[in-house]
Amino acid sequence: MTELSRDEVIRKSTKEDSYWRGVWRRLKQNKLAMISLFILILIVGACIFVPMFSKYSMYEVIAADANQPPSAKHLLGTDKIGRDLFVRLFYGGRVSLGIAIAVTVLETIIGVVLGSMAGFFGGIVDTIISRISEMFMCFPFLMICITLQAIFGTSIMTLITILAVLSWPSIARIVRGQILSLREMDYMEACRALGISNKRQIFKHLFPNVLAYIIVYVTLSMASVILTETSLSFLGLGVSMPTPTWGNLIQEARNLLVLQKKWWYWIPPGSAIFLTILCFNILGDGLRDAIDPKMQK
Amino acid sequence: MKNYVIRRLLQIIPVFLGILFILFFIIDKAPGSIVSNIMDPTMTPELKAALLEKLDPNLPFYQKFWNWLVQAAHGNFGYSSKHFKPVIDVIGENIGVTFALSLTALIIAMLIGIPAGIISATKQYSAIDNFLTVFSLLGLALPTFFAGLLMLKVFAVELKWFPTFGFISASNINADFWTKLGDHAYHLILPALVLGLAETASFMRYTRSSMLEVIRSDYIRTARAKGLAEKVVIYKHAFRNAMIPIVTLLGFRIPGLISGALMTETIFSLPGVGKLSVEAVNNRNYPLLIGINAMLTLTTLFATLIADILYAAVDPRIKFD
Repeated sequence: MTELSRDEVIRKSTKEDSYWRGVWRRLKQNKLAMISLFILILIVGACIFVPMFSKYSMYEVIAADANQPPSAKHLLGTDKIGRDLFVRLFYGGRVSLGIAIAVTVLETIIGVVLGSMAGFFGGIVDTIISRISEMFMCFPFLMICITLQAIFGTSIMTLITILAVLSWPSIARIVRGQILSLREMDYMEACRALGISNKRQIFKHLFPNVLAYIIVYVTLSMASVILTETSLSFLGLGVSMPTPTWGNLIQEARNLLVLQKKWWYWIPPGSAIFLTILCFNILGDGLRDAIDPKMQK
Repeated sequence: MKNYVIRRLLQIIPVFLGILFILFFIIDKAPGSIVSNIMDPTMTPELKAALLEKLDPNLPFYQKFWNWLVQAAHGNFGYSSKHFKPVIDVIGENIGVTFALSLTALIIAMLIGIPAGIISATKQYSAIDNFLTVFSLLGLALPTFFAGLLMLKVFAVELKWFPTFGFISASNINADFWTKLGDHAYHLILPALVLGLAETASFMRYTRSSMLEVIRSDYIRTARAKGLAEKVVIYKHAFRNAMIPIVTLLGFRIPGLISGALMTETIFSLPGVGKLSVEAVNNRNYPLLIGINAMLTLTTLFATLIADILYAAVDPRIKFD
């Protein structure tokens, strides 16, 4: 029974493999997207490994070395109490990227579940979910984040929860729209006529067709979550010191003296945010074009 | 048209009330009740009495919500604990800067973004199109706060063309109205540029894709075929239709624009709503926070409404139903 029959081989290769293989092939032709992917892998790798192998730790204070510009000893200098900023940059990256991944996963799960329920069941379920999502979309996003952070305190867990709870409507609407249009297609009509269960219809026949849109959304969402988290941390309302993130590392530059004389405090984390968001955006656009050439904006 | 506008206005009410309810619910459940945070020991006795009556912690939740709603409906949104003033007055004092900043930024974004988008679309894949596309990609990825700091560093700290922080120079505090106004404008240039350039990128992107879509349509080919000048084809025939999605973009960008303005104000220490809200957070000034949130929500709702109405107004194919 280990050998697949000829039909199964054909089905497997044409149905599952070749679609994603085609996506990969088209993505590989997009040089910018591939460069972005490569840079992102580098950034993630550096954030994982640099703090592991550095001789300094992120909280370690070397008072004798305080306020030093970049040198061979401290590649990106030190801050005002003598912490090595090179290590803190990559540790901050871990926190920023980690929050972005957690928020994206959470909001995607909430959004996909609610969006597919709204699209699949329609009727009153759709009405309730759509109204709630409209309400969430009208929230002044940054302001609400600030308010909630003020109330529930500035811990990483609350930040993740708040961002995920506030961001799910966009993916829910995408999924709902897709499922609404797929539902009217002939093959879904056939599914219903054949009496296939709801569960099977959703997971086997609808979900694979929406997956592409979800992947694109996830990539672009990483960029926007990083932007929101760093903005909040910059305002001192996201993750608070001493835990570094790319956002609160830049916060130092709200001091005129730092802005005048100490570029190594804020230029590296700022560039890291910029580069990461840029790469996620380009990769997301590239994926969108590769997944469905018709889907271009 | 009239019926449509009225119906849309009526639809705003439940959404707005729902949002207010959620906000009030959360803040009411916050550690440290709303009243204990309002009760500043230096408060005037009348204010204290008024507050106790309005926001007695022992009242049931719906009663508190109702009291607050009644106050909001009377137009003062409760009292700000720090300023000893109705919230609406405190917001009123600060909204001018935010409004001026957002409006200037929006004008900059439209004046640069839309023409650049048209040029980019009409010369697709040319050197200038590539340059503008790269510019907009970079612009979209550059966080407002980092862009602001970079501009501060270059134009204020290094070149000293503009002031670094604040809304008025120390020497002009007692100056006459016009000198002050001029000084305010001078202090606004750099923040408005920061915010405007960030918005320019998204306007450019939308204009470009919208124009590209229109240029490919049949009636443009017809217009060219009957020998019209290229300028007439682009600006008279294509641009008018390409404007339709851009008009809606205008409405949808307003919440983002306000968020951007909040960030920019904080960087440049401008006395606007953004700075006010950060202060409100630090002082645990919950009535003020709800007030600001309510106001921004209302702005968003109306911006969306105006976008929808404009959309229908510029496109006769859309019917009100």
